[in-house]
Amino acid sequence: MSVDTSKVAASNTSAATASKPTKVGAIAAWSDERLGLAAMGKKNLRKIFPDHWSFMLGEIALWSFVVLLITGVFLTLWFQPSMAETTYQGAYPNLRGVSMSQAYASTLHISFDVRGGLLLRQMHHWAAMLFVSAMMIHMLRVAFTGAYRKPRELNWVIGSTLLILGTIEGFTGYSLPDDLLSGTGVRAAAGFMQAIPIVGTYITFFLFGGEFPGDSIIPRLYTIHVLLIPGILLGLVAAHMLLLVYHKHTQWAGPGRKETNVVGYPMLPVYAAKAGGFFFITFGVAALMGALLSINAVWKFGPYDPTKVTAGAQPDWYMGWPDGALRIMPGWESHFWGSTWSWNIFIPVILMPMLSWLLVTILPFLENWITGDQREHHLLQRPRNAPTRTAFIVSLMTWYAMFWLAGGNDIIATQLHSSINNITYALRVLVFVGPAIAFFITRRWCIALQRHDNEVLLHGYESGVIMRSAQGGYAEIHKPISESKAYAITVRDRGTEGAGLADGPKANGKLTLRDKLRTLYYEDDVQKPTVDEYDEAQAHLAHADHGDAHELEGGHGH
Amino acid sequence: MSDSHEIQAHTDALLPDPGHPEHHWRPTDVDPRAERRAERQVASLFGLSILCTILFVVFYVTIEGGIGGPTVMGLGASNLALGLSLGGALLFIGIGVIQWARKLMADVELVEERHPASSSEADRSATVAALQAGLEESGIARRPLIRNTLIGSVGLLVAPAVVMLRDLGPLPGDRLRHTVWAKNMRVVRDVVGTPIRPADLEIGDLVNSSAEILFGTDKGQPVPEADVIEGTELQVEKAKAATVLLRMDPDDIVSDATRNWSVSGIVAYSKICTHVGCPISLNERTTHHLLCPCHQSTFDLADSGKVIFGPAGRHLPQLPLGLDDEGFLVALSDYPEPVGPSFWERETKSPGAVFNEWNKENAQ
Repeated sequence: MSVDTSKVAASNTSAATASKPTKVGAIAAWSDERLGLAAMGKKNLRKIFPDHWSFMLGEIALWSFVVLLITGVFLTLWFQPSMAETTYQGAYPNLRGVSMSQAYASTLHISFDVRGGLLLRQMHHWAAMLFVSAMMIHMLRVAFTGAYRKPRELNWVIGSTLLILGTIEGFTGYSLPDDLLSGTGVRAAAGFMQAIPIVGTYITFFLFGGEFPGDSIIPRLYTIHVLLIPGILLGLVAAHMLLLVYHKHTQWAGPGRKETNVVGYPMLPVYAAKAGGFFFITFGVAALMGALLSINAVWKFGPYDPTKVTAGAQPDWYMGWPDGALRIMPGWESHFWGSTWSWNIFIPVILMPMLSWLLVTILPFLENWITGDQREHHLLQRPRNAPTRTAFIVSLMTWYAMFWLAGGNDIIATQLHSSINNITYALRVLVFVGPAIAFFITRRWCIALQRHDNEVLLHGYESGVIMRSAQGGYAEIHKPISESKAYAITVRDRGTEGAGLADGPKANGKLTLRDKLRTLYYEDDVQKPTVDEYDEAQAHLAHADHGDAHELEGGHGH
Repeated sequence: MSDSHEIQAHTDALLPDPGHPEHHWRPTDVDPRAERRAERQVASLFGLSILCTILFVVFYVTIEGGIGGPTVMGLGASNLALGLSLGGALLFIGIGVIQWARKLMADVELVEERHPASSSEADRSATVAALQAGLEESGIARRPLIRNTLIGSVGLLVAPAVVMLRDLGPLPGDRLRHTVWAKNMRVVRDVVGTPIRPADLEIGDLVNSSAEILFGTDKGQPVPEADVIEGTELQVEKAKAATVLLRMDPDDIVSDATRNWSVSGIVAYSKICTHVGCPISLNERTTHHLLCPCHQSTFDLADSGKVIFGPAGRHLPQLPLGLDDEGFLVALSDYPEPVGPSFWERETKSPGAVFNEWNKENAQ
């Protein structure tokens, strides 16, 4: 296709030089004289951001948080965080005349009497789902590509703090409507807190203002939900963004893309437009979900009554894994000296999630301790090129997934018509065996993929063209991969080289824990070929093919 | 200075860098017609957004919301119309802006050099020097008396914040150990408050029940105004007093305690799970097992409510049952042990030990 590039559109020419004062210039001058923003603007307005679909995941989390703030503010205009008793007289006939808390009555009011109120509630709930899921997937992307390595470790810590706070924020919000389902969740939460050894009873009495349910928990959760946690979230999100701008975004290796540069489009106008546009898309998707997909139909089960419960009670999906842990934990309690120690509650819902979160938070430091790598990293690592890290993350995901499945053990039992006892026993084993199997498989898989990379690099890719030789044998022609692809997949560290052992053998000849882990970390890594091997293979590739193979190659566009 | 302060990173490439790929012009860059078409597309998308917003306002005014409003395919028409129009209004702006960026804004990739995350050596030493000068001038290192009393006084300021939290709630006391159940209190149905005779229950029947006082009556007569339990207090007491009655064949009963506290095969147990406090409600009629729907703890009501499956660590407390002179079921005492989920201060004993102690106390 011939393109006349002489008539390039005005938009793609370099920036116009200002010959006379423009309106933008005047506004900039006015504000700079008061705020002195020019120095910052010069550096940041045309800041470069690299392009890749996976960099959008964090953006989904950011924008759904903004959607949560907007829809949340609207909800506070009608919601009454009070447990004072009232008799419902609103639009929903099935509950008219029923005695309930004002929190629940006002939730029904929002759902049935405020036009668009149900839409707001559903958008708010769906945006919360998006927020937590996007944070998790974004975090996985960061971990799988090694983007948390130096100098971004602290931003990872901020990120994992955002995740745990987002989860607590979700739980407090979920508890506010005070319907039967949310009240059951609060009931269980009271049980969790009461199970904390020594101080549990006091914490529960202080938080609930006495015995469960009392009349304080909803207003207190409300303050936590609309003020305390959102405030902290906002501050941490700002810090997260500032560090992102300061470090400049990571990028994938490729022609012209090095550790020391960043290649992409400028913030103004391209990224401002793309990211700004994406905010409207996230918001729009939340609105469509609110319109089409019913969520948390609070009117279904009626007001909270401490003597009632529904079958198949499930928390929101992101609380499913501690709930699962709680379900499959053996019923261990110790009783001595007039005290009761509820290991069956304290371990699965308090200790295990906190330790899991802590492990995730210190991942970059743990990895750094093992590898001893002190360099900065701005190029992303393909997951296969860090087999041990990739395998460890997949085994953490499996750990999470098994607990999450356990959270639905009753649903699995009814759907598959199998014994809930057997499912529970199986999951007790699988939470430990599953991650181990996942680690092993993923690690070998990564190593196989590394081998495949070398194969393609040295012997070319399978072209799909089958040749018959004069002797009647068949062979598939392999063709060299493109120069830019070959360049991109060979930008990677040469494994252990230079790392060596951190501490060296101990006096008894054995390795320290750190050195054992370092050996494991790099073990069986397939190195990329040397330049000599590559050149030799290229020469071989060029000669191995038949004469017609070169003709075929003509269409390749070199 | 510049050479000493470089980014500590290395691009370990095998092959020579082929350099940035050649830039290809888009049709909108070189074809004025394509450019104008793209411009019209973007403007039309914004136009559609305007239309959707107007529709939103129209729908808001014209479609009746709530339960009485019209429905479309089972969905509330108001919610659907408002959501779709708002979604459209937002999405069209988003799509339009992104289309603008992709088709009309410059698409030349630019390169920016990175700088090390750290400051330069000079900046660092200047900062350290400034910090030291500041500390030196304040004399904080030379005057430990001032420093230590300052640390002490500021640190102690945590105390008011913590002390203020004291009035968040009352101390537990023995509140978790007792319920409203008392000797000769009638067992009543939990919704309507009517008393129950053994003959009302067939074998296998389960009745959710509560204490009569929570309905403001005693032996069918209203209690004095001062003794009526209302509001928050009522919710708290209801949460603890919830009881299940189950009638089984008396020969099925396994333990002595359960048999002694039963009336004609009717047993009463706390409905509040000993795990985290969900009300237990799933009855396996043929086995006398009661299953908690929250985390599937299963209790054997024929055998002192012992845990036979699930994460609960302890048996369900049993309420000793008897009959009053009118033949209605009554409690012989409060629950002999605390009901509900564990708490650290709880003294936990085996069902047999609880039964023996109760016998001693109630012998006189």
